[in-house]
Amino acid sequence: MQSLISTSPISPSNPRSFDSFSSPTPFTLRFCGLRLQVLQSSHLKHRTINTTSKKTRNNVLAASPTSNGSPPTTFDYDLVIIGAGVGGHGAALHAVEKGLKTAIIEGDVIGGTCVNRGCVPSKALLAVSGRMRELQDEHHMKALGLQVSGAGYSRQAVADHASNLASKIRNNLTNSLKALGVDILTGFGSILGPQKVKYGLDNLITAKDIIIATGSVPFVPKGIEVDGKTVVTSDHALKLEFVPDWIAIVGSGYIGLEFSDVYTALGSEVTFIEALDQLMPGFDPEIGKLAQRVLINPRKIDYHTGVFATKITPSKDGKPVIIELTDAKTKEPKETLEVDAALIATGRAPFTRGLGLENINVETQRGFVPVDERMRVIDAKGNTVPHLYCIGDANGKLMLAHAASAQGISVVEQISGKDHVLNHLSVPAACFTHPEISMVGLTEPQAKEKAKKEKFKISVAKTSFKANTKALAENEGEGLAKLIYRPDTGEILGVHILGMHAADLIHEASNAIALGTRIQDIKFAVHAHPTLSEVLDELFKSAHVSVDEHKPVAV
Amino acid sequence: MKWPMFGRCLQRHLFHFIPSSSPPHFLYHSLCNFPPISFIHSFTISNYSPQSTTSMSSSLLQSTTTPSLSFSSSISKSQWRFTSSPAVTFTRRRRNSTVYAKIREIFMPALSSTMTEGKIVSWIKSEGDVLSKGESVVVVESDKADMDVETFYDGILAAIVVPEGESAPVGAPIGLLAETEAEIEEAKAKAASSGGSGSSPAPVAAAPEKTVAPVAAAAAPAKPAAAAVVADGPRKIVSTPYAKKLAKQHKVDINKVIGTGPFGRITPADVEAAAGITPVKSAAPSVTAAPVATAAAAAAAPAKSAPAFAEIPGATIVPFTTMQAAVSKNMIESLSVPTFRVGYPVMTDALDALYAKVKSKGVTMTALLAKAAAMALVQHPVVNASCKDGKSFTYNSSINIAVAVAINGGLITPVLQDADKLDLYLLSEKWKELVEKARSKQLQPHEYNSGTFTLSNLGMFGVDRFDAILPPGQGAIMAVGASKPTPIADKDGYFSVKSQMLVNVTADHRIVYGADLAAFLKTFAKIVQEPDSLTL
Repeated sequence: MQSLISTSPISPSNPRSFDSFSSPTPFTLRFCGLRLQVLQSSHLKHRTINTTSKKTRNNVLAASPTSNGSPPTTFDYDLVIIGAGVGGHGAALHAVEKGLKTAIIEGDVIGGTCVNRGCVPSKALLAVSGRMRELQDEHHMKALGLQVSGAGYSRQAVADHASNLASKIRNNLTNSLKALGVDILTGFGSILGPQKVKYGLDNLITAKDIIIATGSVPFVPKGIEVDGKTVVTSDHALKLEFVPDWIAIVGSGYIGLEFSDVYTALGSEVTFIEALDQLMPGFDPEIGKLAQRVLINPRKIDYHTGVFATKITPSKDGKPVIIELTDAKTKEPKETLEVDAALIATGRAPFTRGLGLENINVETQRGFVPVDERMRVIDAKGNTVPHLYCIGDANGKLMLAHAASAQGISVVEQISGKDHVLNHLSVPAACFTHPEISMVGLTEPQAKEKAKKEKFKISVAKTSFKANTKALAENEGEGLAKLIYRPDTGEILGVHILGMHAADLIHEASNAIALGTRIQDIKFAVHAHPTLSEVLDELFKSAHVSVDEHKPVAV
Repeated sequence: MKWPMFGRCLQRHLFHFIPSSSPPHFLYHSLCNFPPISFIHSFTISNYSPQSTTSMSSSLLQSTTTPSLSFSSSISKSQWRFTSSPAVTFTRRRRNSTVYAKIREIFMPALSSTMTEGKIVSWIKSEGDVLSKGESVVVVESDKADMDVETFYDGILAAIVVPEGESAPVGAPIGLLAETEAEIEEAKAKAASSGGSGSSPAPVAAAPEKTVAPVAAAAAPAKPAAAAVVADGPRKIVSTPYAKKLAKQHKVDINKVIGTGPFGRITPADVEAAAGITPVKSAAPSVTAAPVATAAAAAAAPAKSAPAFAEIPGATIVPFTTMQAAVSKNMIESLSVPTFRVGYPVMTDALDALYAKVKSKGVTMTALLAKAAAMALVQHPVVNASCKDGKSFTYNSSINIAVAVAINGGLITPVLQDADKLDLYLLSEKWKELVEKARSKQLQPHEYNSGTFTLSNLGMFGVDRFDAILPPGQGAIMAVGASKPTPIADKDGYFSVKSQMLVNVTADHRIVYGADLAAFLKTFAKIVQEPDSLTL
C-alpha cells in the first residue's frame, strides 16, 4: 500500500503532477497507539461488538432498498473490504467504530505492502543506517566530544531486526482486526456483480458496500530481468540478503533515495539512474537541490540522469550485473554499466488484475481503478458504480499508506451517512533519509502555476535549522524549512522541510492545512523551547500576511 | 561580535525571513552594529583606482537606503552582493593610474564574523555568462548558512577559479569578471596562473607555477603503468562512484589508474594508492594516524618515485596496495621527527629458561618481550609519551605495545593494549587472537593504531642487530635482535659464554633524551635478566 516513486517511466510526461510527486513512504505505526488498546480487552469486547454489529445489520437490512440490476436484497455484511493493507485496515477499524458489520478479504498477508514489504521494514533498516552514519562520522562525534572506534554491523542481525519488526506489526494489525470482530476471509477477492464478492475458490458473499483496497506491486520496466538476487525490487531488498559493494538504483524517488541512505551507511557505493533530467524530480526544486547537496554529493554516490535503463541482466557465470543505458530524449544507446547489483525503484504499479471489474463494466486506466473525489468507482460510461469504492494505491490518487487509510475512513464516513471529501493537499509525505525530508501541499512551481491561474500572489518564507538551538545542540544544523503561502489571506499552500526529524515536524503544517488554520492565527501558537518545532514556529512568524491580524487577547 | 545564534529572544527578531519574492537589496556591511567585514577589507586593500572607489561608495549609499529591513532575513538566504576589486595585474596596480578596471576579481566574502573560509555550493552562472548588476552569481556556504552572492558590476564571468564543492579562505579570489569579451582570454590566463584551487590566501595571484606543479607530479609516476595497460588493447574503464570522487578530489587521472577490484574495476583504494595517500580510517581520536608502522626493512620504499629516476626498460611497475601506500606515507612522515638511537646488550639466559618453562602454557617470546617492555615503561613514562605538536609532552595513560608483524606484502602493528596490566598468559592469548585477526584482515582500527610504544623483533631470522624507524605519533620503538651465545668478559677479566641479544631503541629526541633511554634500557635489561617478575 505504499507508493509511487517519482521517476518516471510511468509518467514521464507530467513529472510535476501531484500524483507522481506523491510517493511511498511514511507511515507511522498508528495502530500501535490508541487503537491497539482494543487488543488488550480482546475477548469480552469481541462479543459485545459482535452483537451490536448484528443489530445494526438487521436495521440495515430492513432499510436497504433494492436497486439497479439484480442486487441481493439481504446482505452478509454491511461492508466488505478487498485487501487487508493499511488502507483496508484503517477503513475496517473506522467501520467497526461506526457499527458496521465488516469483513476483510486478504489473498496474501495481513498488512499488505506497507507492513510487510514497505514502510515498516524499511524504517527498521533506516534506523540502523542512521545510527551507523552517526557512529562513522568521526568529525561529528569529535565535535560532540565523543570517541567511538570501529563501528560495525552484522548483516543478518540487521535483516532480522527488519523482519521482526514487520511480523510484530503484522500481528498487531491482525489482532486488532480480530479483537474488533472484523471477519478476516482468506483468499483472493473478486467482484461478481453489484454488491456481490467472491473470495477464495468459490465462496460467495454479499455486502451493502464494497471497498477495493488491493494496493500495488513494484513496477518493473520492460527489458529488466529481476532475479531476486542481484537485480531486485524493494520487496527483495528489504530482506537485506546481501550488501553489494556497488549497487545501481534505478529511480531516484523516495524508495531509491531511502535505499541509497541504507546502502551507503552499510558501506555500499551507489549509482543512481534517473530518467528525468534531475534527481529527485518530485520534490520542491529548492529542497531537491539541498537534498542533492546533503544526501548525494558528500556520499559515495554518482548518478546518470536523463537516461533509461533499457536492459538489465543479472549477474551470472562470473559476470557482473550489466545495465544498458539509453538517452531518454534521443533514444540513442549510451553507456553500459557493470555493477554488483541493481535495485529497481521505478515506482509501483496498481494490483488490480483479476478483480472482476469487467463484471460491473469498469475499465482500469494503466491498471488504476478510476474514482471520483469521494473514491466512488467510475464505470466505462463515466457513471459512478453504486456501493463500490476504491482506496489507496489501486486508485493511484496519492500512493501513500496513510493516504489510503485516510481515504478508507472518508469512505466509511460516507456510507454511514455523512458526506466527506478528503483534502489530498493536506496529506503529508516524508522520506526517511538522514536527515529526513517531508512535505505537504504544493511545491513552489505548482503554487506559482495555481496562483497564475487563479490570479493571486504567493510568498515564500524560509527558516534554517542552522538557527535552531536544538538542532545545533545535536550538531545537526543542516536543513531548511520552506513555507509557500498567500500573503493576502494567510492560507498555507505548501510546507517543505529538509532536516533532522522533518517527518515528525511536518504535521503542524499538515494539520493547519487540513483544519484551514491561517498563518495569522497559527503564529501565536506556543512551542516549547528549545525544540526542533521552533523551526516551524519561526517559519510561520517570518511570513508576512497583510490581512488584519488577530490580536492576542489576555484571559 | 558574534552571531546572536543562541538567544531565544534575539532569535525571534533576527531570523525572520523575507519572502524571496521580494528580495532585499542591502549590503551586509552597512548594517547596524556590524564590524567591517573582511571582504570589504580586501576590497579596499586592492583598490587603488578612483573609479572603483566611487563605485564602492555608491554601493554603500545604495545599501543605506535600503528600507528598515535590518539584517533580519539574512540567515538562510539573503541576497549578498559581492564586491569585486578592480584591475589587478601587479604592474597595473602599482601604477595607480588605471582609470577603468577591466578584469575584476570576485572574492570569497566574509558572510559572518566567525567565517574564515567558505565553500562554493554552486555557481549559478557559468564561464562565459553575461552578468548584469544585481544578479546572483554564486552560492557560498559559510559556517552558518548559504548565501547567494550578487554582482555589483556588469560584465562577463570570465573564469571560475574555485570550482563547486571546493573551499577558499575569506578574501581569496574565487572567480574573475571581465568587462568585455576581449578580456576573457586575459582573465583565463590569469585564472590559470593563480591555480585551480582556493588555497592561495592572498588576494592577488602571486606564485603562478606553484599550484600547477603538484598536478603534473602526481600524474607523472602513473604514466609507465598506463603504458603497460594500453598494450593489451582498448580497455573499458569501470570505476566505482567513490573512486571517481576521490580521483577528482586528489586530481588523479582515473584513466591511468589500474583497477584491482572485482572485474578489474577501479576501487577507491586503487585511487588512494595512485594518489599516495593513506585511507582515512575511522575514529581513534586519541591516537594520531599511525595505523601501520615500521621496521627498517620497509623504509626502503620511497613514497613517490621522483620523476627524475631513469627508467630501466622491462621493469614491471606494481602500484602500492592500500596498506603499502599507508606504510609509505608513514615513512615519509617519520622524516620530520628528530630521532636518535641507543643500543644495549641484554643477557637472556634467565629469560630463555623461563620461556622453556612457560612455552607449554602457550606463552610466546613476543608476549614475554612485550610484557618486559611494558613493565619497564611503567617506570619510565617519558619513553611511553609522545610529542604531538612539537610543544608539549603527551603522557599516555595506558601502555599499549604495538608489535610489528609482516603479513603477505604488508606490514601491520597489532596492539597489545594495557600490556603492563595483563598477565603473561592473557597477553599471550590476546596476541594469538590479534595475529589471527591480522591474517584475516579483520583488525579493527583501534587494534592497530592505538600503540604507544612499538616492538619490532627480527631475532627469529638470525638478525643480530638493526635499527627501526620511529612510527609517527609514538615516542620510541625497540628493535630486538637474535639472542646468541656470546663470550663475555666480566669485570675481573674472566670469560664466560652467555646468551646475549642486542636491543636498539629509536626515540624522538624532542621528548626522550639520551639519559632517559639509557635508564629505560637498564631497567628493561634488569627485568629480562631477572624475569621472575614477568610471571607475577
